[in-house]
Amino acid sequence: MSYSVEIKQLDLAFGAVKVLQNLDLNINEGEFLVLLGSSGCGKSTLLNCIAGLLEVTDGQIHIKGKNVTWAEPSERGIGMVFQSYALYPQMTVKGNLSFGLKNAKLPKDEIEARVARAADILQIEPLLNRKPGALSGGQRQRVAIGRALVRDVDVFLFDEPLSNLDAKLRVDLRVELKRLHNQLQNTMIYVTHDQVEAMTLADRIAVMKGGAIMQLGTPDEIYNQPRNLYVADFIGSPSMNFLEGHLESGNFKVDDMVMPMTGYDFAAPQTADRPAVIGIRPEHVVTGELVKNAPLQFNVVVDLVEPMGSDTLVYAQLGQHIFRIRMDGQATVKAGETVAIGVDPSRASLFDKQTEDRL
Amino acid sequence: MPDTALTGPRGPKPKKRFSRNNIFLYGTLIVVSMYYLLPLYVMVVTSLKGMPEIRLGNVFGPPLEVTFQPWVKAWSEACTGLDCTGLSKGFWNSVQILIPSVVLSIAIASVNGYALSHWKFKGSEVFFTILILGAFIPYQTMLYPIVIMLREIGLMGDLGGLVLVHTVFGMPILTLLFRNYFASIPEELFKAARVDGAGFWRIYFQVMLPMALPIFVVAIILQVTGIWNDFLFGVIYTKPATYPMTVQLNNIVNSVQGIKEYNVNMAATLLTGLVPLVIYFASGKLFVRGIAAGAVKG
Ligand SMILES: Nc1ncnc2c1ncn2[C@@H]1O[C@H](COP(=O)(O)OP(=O)(O)OP(=O)(O)O)[C@@H](O)[C@H]1O
Ligand SMILES: [Mg+2]
Repeated sequence: MSYSVEIKQLDLAFGAVKVLQNLDLNINEGEFLVLLGSSGCGKSTLLNCIAGLLEVTDGQIHIKGKNVTWAEPSERGIGMVFQSYALYPQMTVKGNLSFGLKNAKLPKDEIEARVARAADILQIEPLLNRKPGALSGGQRQRVAIGRALVRDVDVFLFDEPLSNLDAKLRVDLRVELKRLHNQLQNTMIYVTHDQVEAMTLADRIAVMKGGAIMQLGTPDEIYNQPRNLYVADFIGSPSMNFLEGHLESGNFKVDDMVMPMTGYDFAAPQTADRPAVIGIRPEHVVTGELVKNAPLQFNVVVDLVEPMGSDTLVYAQLGQHIFRIRMDGQATVKAGETVAIGVDPSRASLFDKQTEDRL
Repeated sequence: MPDTALTGPRGPKPKKRFSRNNIFLYGTLIVVSMYYLLPLYVMVVTSLKGMPEIRLGNVFGPPLEVTFQPWVKAWSEACTGLDCTGLSKGFWNSVQILIPSVVLSIAIASVNGYALSHWKFKGSEVFFTILILGAFIPYQTMLYPIVIMLREIGLMGDLGGLVLVHTVFGMPILTLLFRNYFASIPEELFKAARVDGAGFWRIYFQVMLPMALPIFVVAIILQVTGIWNDFLFGVIYTKPATYPMTVQLNNIVNSVQGIKEYNVNMAATLLTGLVPLVIYFASGKLFVRGIAAGAVKG
């Protein structure tokens, strides 16, 4: 299988500040790859390197099998959509869409045809003669996507395209983007720090931290088998419960509790005893009738309840630790009550306390 | 039908026309405008009087007999030394100095500012700092070296030489003005244009220029008034045949021969001040908008 974008041993430094170091990343043809990470981890920097807007310090970038490390942004076969839309304010929507095509000296009727097609796909035909100032945020971002669309490129780059929009519009456009990807089947690289966007849109997610990729995998892998503590903590809302303890001959001991890890899929067949951290997602804790069937059962005292409509987040006391539990939205629990909970070790994650890697 | 059950303050707060604040505000404004407008008034009425009427000494009185003779004389007959062609020659000299100086300095400074804000190169910050330092060098120290330089390149006494001097001296402040304005244009807009395949000049002309109109107006006003009102460079780097209007006005007003024709002097001064005045009136609103313009929303 040929790769659409290959990043090889990429280094990028701003003066003495090394933002990306020896980064390798291969992106498949037609793949929707999401770069996910907290603010300042280098997502935009990586995207700008791919686009050719930043000169790399070392390494190579290949697009469609061609080494484009020294190529101009416009020669790389990429289209880019920015967080702030970055529409040319003095041009009409049509002018915005056709600017790149005019620069490429395309024939007039070709330009017309491409603009019309993009406008049709994004349903912005009625806006073509307006200036960006007379558009709503959602419309502006649609035009910005259109500007990438008309260029008829192999790779789309998105830098947090939805984060300036209000919550409802963000969801709508997210669905539209997904539909657009299904329709066009282009390679898309999408930067976000919103994990819901990442989980819903991505074929694969690259979780980044400090300029390095922590884990590259499908949303399912990232969610169920986080490779290290950082990824486990970053993904999921409310975030995972972590309990520090000891792994001793297949049992996880925390304080005076013993949790046999039967059914847990260890990364290495023989895992030596060591200090470890167990991670349990709040939504993987069962209550009520289901507790009977759970391999591990505890009684916890409810500390605080946050009803959210669709579900209820319960903060409970487990030994000396606060433990988050996600319950049904209609659950009737009150602070002070004792609740029986069940945990399945096969759905938990174990991490080495020193290296923070998955066991 | 409004609900009458509500009592107490409701709707917009009534404003008193003669509050203490208002009286103070308008009083101050009136006094200040009198202070500035009175001399102008005196100049206008004096320029419309004949000499006999002026000798009566009623400075503030309106002209009993309106005459435009002083204006005509100031424009085309007033004498500087032996040359009696009035201010007209100086006016045309000033125009010939003004137009190329304004166009050149703004064209160069805007490209400078654009390059320094969006096309940073190695040492661009140092370059900018040096340029800005230029704004703090007193003109006086530069006067004589420039005389020598102009003589070397054969432009001493020539209008071209003065244009060059104005262009160079306008550079620091104008570059600063443009750089700051262009720096307020979002970086992403510039990146988008690069992805769209636009280069240095295309981005400048098609993306940046259309957004920079207010700052161009500011620059034009600064340069037009500055260059038109310039006296020092004009008197040093030109010769009598190429004197700008301000220098010629000085020569007319300060000429020692003959009687002092106050009405002609007033008319000549008003004529000289007309160009900046027109610029202010024509673009005052744009000027304020340009000065106040912050980030440009895309
Ligand atoms: N021009 C620059 N000079 C120096 N450091 C920079 C420059 N641009 C970015 N950085 C640094 O590089 C790091 C990565 O920045 P980047 O913009 O890629 O973050 P990001 O992951 O996109 O964050 P965000 O989610 O906030 O957009 C940051 O620590 C930032 O301070
Ligand atoms: Mg970013």
